[in-house]
Amino acid sequence: MDLRARLQTFRKRAVQTARLCCGVPDYEVYVQHLREHHPERKVPSYAEFFRERQEARYKGGGGRCC
Amino acid sequence: MHSATLKPSPAAKILWVAIAIVGAWCLGVVALRRGEPINAIWLVAAAIAVFVIGYRFYGKFVEHYVLKLDPSRAPPSVLRNDGLDYVPTDKWVVFGHHFAAIAGAGPLVGPVLAAQMGYLPGTMWILFGVVFAGAVQDFMILGLSLRRDGRSLGHMLREELGPLPGIVAMIGVLVLMMIVLAVLALVVVKALTHSPWGTFTVAATIPIALLMGAYLRWFRPGRILEVSIIGLVLLLLSIWAGKFVADSVALAPIFDMDAKALAWWLIGYGFVASVLPVWLLLAPRDYLSTFLKIGTIALLALAIFLAAPMLQMPAVTKFIDGTGPVFSGNLFPFLFITIACGAVSGWHSIIASGTTPKLLANEGQARMVGYGGMLMEAFVAIMAMVAAVSLHPGVYFAMNAPGAIIGTTVEHAAQVISQWGFVVTPDELIRTAKDVGEQSILSRAGGAPTLAVGMAQLLHNILPGEGMMAFWYHYAILFEALFILTTVDAGTRVGRFMIQEIVGLVHKPLQGTESWTGNLLATAICVALWGYFLYQGAVDPLGGINTLWPLFGIANQMLAAIALMLATVVVVKLKRERYVWVPGIPAIWLIVCTLAAGYEKLVGPISFTAAADKYATALASGQLLAPAKTTAAMQQIITNNRVDMVMTGLFMALVVVMVLFCLNALVKAWRTNHPTANEEPYVALADVAVH
Repeated sequence: MDLRARLQTFRKRAVQTARLCCGVPDYEVYVQHLREHHPERKVPSYAEFFRERQEARYKGGGGRCC
Repeated sequence: MHSATLKPSPAAKILWVAIAIVGAWCLGVVALRRGEPINAIWLVAAAIAVFVIGYRFYGKFVEHYVLKLDPSRAPPSVLRNDGLDYVPTDKWVVFGHHFAAIAGAGPLVGPVLAAQMGYLPGTMWILFGVVFAGAVQDFMILGLSLRRDGRSLGHMLREELGPLPGIVAMIGVLVLMMIVLAVLALVVVKALTHSPWGTFTVAATIPIALLMGAYLRWFRPGRILEVSIIGLVLLLLSIWAGKFVADSVALAPIFDMDAKALAWWLIGYGFVASVLPVWLLLAPRDYLSTFLKIGTIALLALAIFLAAPMLQMPAVTKFIDGTGPVFSGNLFPFLFITIACGAVSGWHSIIASGTTPKLLANEGQARMVGYGGMLMEAFVAIMAMVAAVSLHPGVYFAMNAPGAIIGTTVEHAAQVISQWGFVVTPDELIRTAKDVGEQSILSRAGGAPTLAVGMAQLLHNILPGEGMMAFWYHYAILFEALFILTTVDAGTRVGRFMIQEIVGLVHKPLQGTESWTGNLLATAICVALWGYFLYQGAVDPLGGINTLWPLFGIANQMLAAIALMLATVVVVKLKRERYVWVPGIPAIWLIVCTLAAGYEKLVGPISFTAAADKYATALASGQLLAPAKTTAAMQQIITNNRVDMVMTGLFMALVVVMVLFCLNALVKAWRTNHPTANEEPYVALADVAVH
């Protein structure tokens, strides 16, 4: 049971890393943040969130390494 | 609080002594064994021991004494948590993200070029350069940014040194970026010249990316991993299909291009790709290249460990005297600018002050991400070195020496290279080309093809099979081309925004990113800037890399020098003068290297000036020198060399100006008797409600 929980955490972290490498942060964390701190704002769908982040990644800010 | 971590248990002490002994032994074998080839494992083991010791001892020293990082202090991710850019994140996730952002084509190219001097000089520079300069730079800039709300390098330069030095440094960054884009695009051109197989597979990435983009946009929004797997399968299919294209009488000529034609295609492509919406082409390509990059680095590591190749290149070759065919110039200073990324890379200071400091959940994790991430990159550089020096040296020089030196036939090339003492037969060169499915391997400088042949041989050793070597070769070429082209797209877009901002100062409406006129104009300027240097490389008498790589190295080390100078100034401003040497000595070393290399490129036998004069003299007496076939081409080579002179002069001037600004700030801070650095005030982590 413990091992299973660990594997699940590992999988979650791996997916999170892969997404972050592409400039897409954790959606669940963002939704939780909105609910706690900005309940007046509309919660975007994952597709909306994804599109916004996709645009934001290439807006400048140093680019990529050689 | 730190005393527990600083005083190791007896068992730990024994372990570290053991690591030190094993490391010293391996290093001794790498450095001292002569006359007989050694196994690559010695080199890899020596590297791992040096990195582990550097991380545990020097990294920790920098953490506790120089940066004085404090795990009880709230980092920007906690203080400014917005759920998007500033988010406290698991340290392994941040590490993965940081490594993926800093690892690019650089550490794969520099060591391959430096291998002409043998494996020892390059390896030593990578090992000790990274421990005392590269990782210190990344870690310190990350540490400074962590204490300043995750601010960027430019912002910190303006705050700590003043507005003018900030502007000077940012001009340097823009010019450096144009050189980076040009030289990386040239690597692709060199790899694809007269290679229908390679050109087809790289061209196939465009429709594949468009398909992925459409899939992500309309069919399954945001499913990055899923679409990347589909993309990867299609990529592998295109490598397989490439062989049939190369063998086809009708299709091969379409994809068989010379360097000039490829340069024009890339320039046109760069323009279109950075004007199109990001979701259509750039983003999907980016996802694919990010995953492929990490996967291929892992594959290379696995191949080296399993194949354990012998190093065929001598430890030190006679080319340390500056007569080498791959790049000209003596070991000092040219080795130290040829291997930039992998030992110390100025670009990293931009990444380390970008998204990473906004994600770290605790200051105590900065060493692992900043110092450790750079050590990983150095390990990639060591692997590239192994792949290059485990090739037959004759094959290595045939691939990396320009046509002006070894000629354009295998017979002539084999003869010239054998005279250098690396005996090779024309048959061996033909067979190597045939094995990897190419017509010729001669004069394919730029690192990518050499690495690809090295990797193909390593992978072929562990996974033999008919025709598999050609598959692996084209896989390696595709992987490098893919992420270089992603850098070119993204870089052009960033450059476009920078230029749009500058042009906007003159004519406001052009500033809006919605303005199509401004958009197209700024993109055209940006593409023209790097396109000029790319085209220059394509027509260069010495093959381009020989000329442009030093320019890139000087620019990149210039930025590293600036970052380390900033760190030096801040250490003094914090009144920790006794540790000023930690960033100070590597900063001085890089200033000396860039200025010495710049000087030799301005004055003397290997300078751009000498090359321009040689062609000018010939032109005046009515002669034509190869590869120019017309007076206009002669004139172009003269102009190109003069432009490179101006660029070198510009970089040197930038370094000198920044040194003066920093000295001024240093003296001022030294005389003040209280700390003057612009750190944000201390907030205890325990006082901030987490979420």
